Amino acid sequence: MSALDSQAGKVYRFEHGSRVPGPHEGVELTKDPAAVPDPALTPVPDDLRAAIEARMARYPDPTSASVPALHLAQERYGWCSPEAIEQVACVMRLTPAYLTSVASFYDMFKLTPATKHTVFVCTNITCGLLGGDSVYEHLCAAAQGHSDVSVREFECLGACDIAPMASVDGEYVGPLEPGDAERIVEDLEQDRPVLEAKQLRRRPSADPYIGSGTDGASPAGDTPGAAGEGTTDAQPGGAA
Amino acid sequence: MSTPHFIFDRIDEPGLNTLAVYERRGGYESLRKALQFPADAVVEEISASGIRGRGGAGFRMGQKASFLPKNDAVRYLVCNADESEPGTFKDREILQKTPHMLIEGLVIACFGTNIHQAFIYIRGEYELQAQLLQAAVDEAYAAGYLGEDILGSGFSLELTVHRGAGAYICGEETGLLDSLEGRRGNPRLKPPFPAVQGLYQGPTLINNVETLSTVPHIIRIGGAEYAKLGTETSTGTKLISISGDVQRPGNYEIELGIPARDIVYGLAGGPKPGHEIKMWFPGGSSSPVLLPEDLDVAYDFDSLQKAGTMLGSGAIIVIDETHTALDVMRKVAKFYSHESCGKCVPCREGTNWTKKMLARFATGDATPMDIDILASIQQQIMGHCLCVLGDAMAMPLGSIIKKFRAELEEEILSAREHAANAPADDAVPVLAGLAGAYPGAL
Repeated sequence: MSALDSQAGKVYRFEHGSRVPGPHEGVELTKDPAAVPDPALTPVPDDLRAAIEARMARYPDPTSASVPALHLAQERYGWCSPEAIEQVACVMRLTPAYLTSVASFYDMFKLTPATKHTVFVCTNITCGLLGGDSVYEHLCAAAQGHSDVSVREFECLGACDIAPMASVDGEYVGPLEPGDAERIVEDLEQDRPVLEAKQLRRRPSADPYIGSGTDGASPAGDTPGAAGEGTTDAQPGGAA
Repeated sequence: MSTPHFIFDRIDEPGLNTLAVYERRGGYESLRKALQFPADAVVEEISASGIRGRGGAGFRMGQKASFLPKNDAVRYLVCNADESEPGTFKDREILQKTPHMLIEGLVIACFGTNIHQAFIYIRGEYELQAQLLQAAVDEAYAAGYLGEDILGSGFSLELTVHRGAGAYICGEETGLLDSLEGRRGNPRLKPPFPAVQGLYQGPTLINNVETLSTVPHIIRIGGAEYAKLGTETSTGTKLISISGDVQRPGNYEIELGIPARDIVYGLAGGPKPGHEIKMWFPGGSSSPVLLPEDLDVAYDFDSLQKAGTMLGSGAIIVIDETHTALDVMRKVAKFYSHESCGKCVPCREGTNWTKKMLARFATGDATPMDIDILASIQQQIMGHCLCVLGDAMAMPLGSIIKKFRAELEEEILSAREHAANAPADDAVPVLAGLAGAYPGAL
């Protein structure tokens, strides 16, 4: 079977019978959709149940807690496995299909088994133009052979001031150079804080007038952290 | 230069994210002051300030609040902290360094509009910021700035921090509401606008982080005083995120109406030595691009609109001559194609085909005529969807096509030449392209 067949007038169908590609792995099209799980047959760890129920109580409509509940399940199991989704569905009294549809909409939910560490590399406009693609390739290469690190291209993470950047297990680091890739993987392997000198949380604001109060008296001269390298905990604020 | 600083006033002070430091600096004084007023007076003060929404649309906050129906319906306030527009990172700085300023502004806004339940929808990727914000909310609850009977005024407010999970479309107000209700973040048909029918079908006021964080300052100095800053129609100060090929990227607080040149060259240091600016996005990746000769435009809502673009979220992305227009277009198209929620056909298909056509520009499978087809796709997206995500791709791409057409034609021709001269194995045949689009189909 090739695409030529469809050009000759025959309609190509995928193995599962549809004309469009779909989730072909693990889908049983003949099976009825799963119902809301039976609490008697679905063991849910008590702490997870309590955490989800506490979230549900925060909203006028408990369904609102589906995204936070999926976060909780993912934190616990590392990924949104079918079992994890079933447990959330059981507590929230929703169908697993509903929660799967929600989870598959959002980029941060992992629907396939995940590694211990995840690196999101921004390859969007600013990061991409400043070398994000190269950083991504180097990180992919560096993670080769490390089974507990996965690297993923991601859209804008909201830190274009440190472009090109990456979110390493949620820790924003940048500006990165291709040479930083090895170090990031090494830090993860050793369970060290990642690239401490380049962490966003240590970076002071770029605005040179922040220290001067509302009247803007004395500009602080050279912008601290402009070069973005080697900035430390020292915070330049409060000069007024 | 004496730019007044409100939000960024000594923002790097260590510990400003904690209640103790924030209070020592006079934090929550504006809330005490506001609680003395009748609720209507608070909204009047905000209206008098003329502040326009800082999230992108630039709608007047006071006017938005006045759209809430005057009845007893249960109403909500949602703070949009799903900052995902490429190039934008101003709210991140507020959430991380001075979350109490946001909470204070939010409580004042709720008091003014008689709202008793509020949510902050923060994007899932901001993990550190969400933690710090949650810690600040807990502190505010403990100190009596949130919860029942705030500061003995009889006014109560419940505030919940809600983390998203990575979807640009949830920054669109109705997509955000769907996501907050626990669904996929698909935008809704407007009208009814959220102020009439929003979260849980109740009247809902949606404001950006920066807008709400400005409210305590408006109450402190007075709306009329705040309105003296900036221009007549774009009052006050604005946080600008500047990134790309500049020497000092970062967030800056500016007075609206200053020339864009002062921001790009003055604050951000201009392009790197030896380089020159090729184009710049004045308001995030969704805004039509401008050329270096446009740098003298005044940076405010109306001047930029007159220049054929928009202020958007206040994110300037500078691109120098080392990048091709095609590179920029491909990055933009890839982003919107990935983030389209798929609800409306023109956006879902238009962004996807734009991405594929641009890939052909680079492989030598396109002819200069494809530029016209590409431009017509952009025309067909504009205004034909529930939300403006598709338009947000069509506008910048349309402007790049218009301004860099000669360069694109040259690029297409040279790619064709390259493909024709390459050995047969290197050429990408159409069928292989299909295989890439439909794995398993061949």
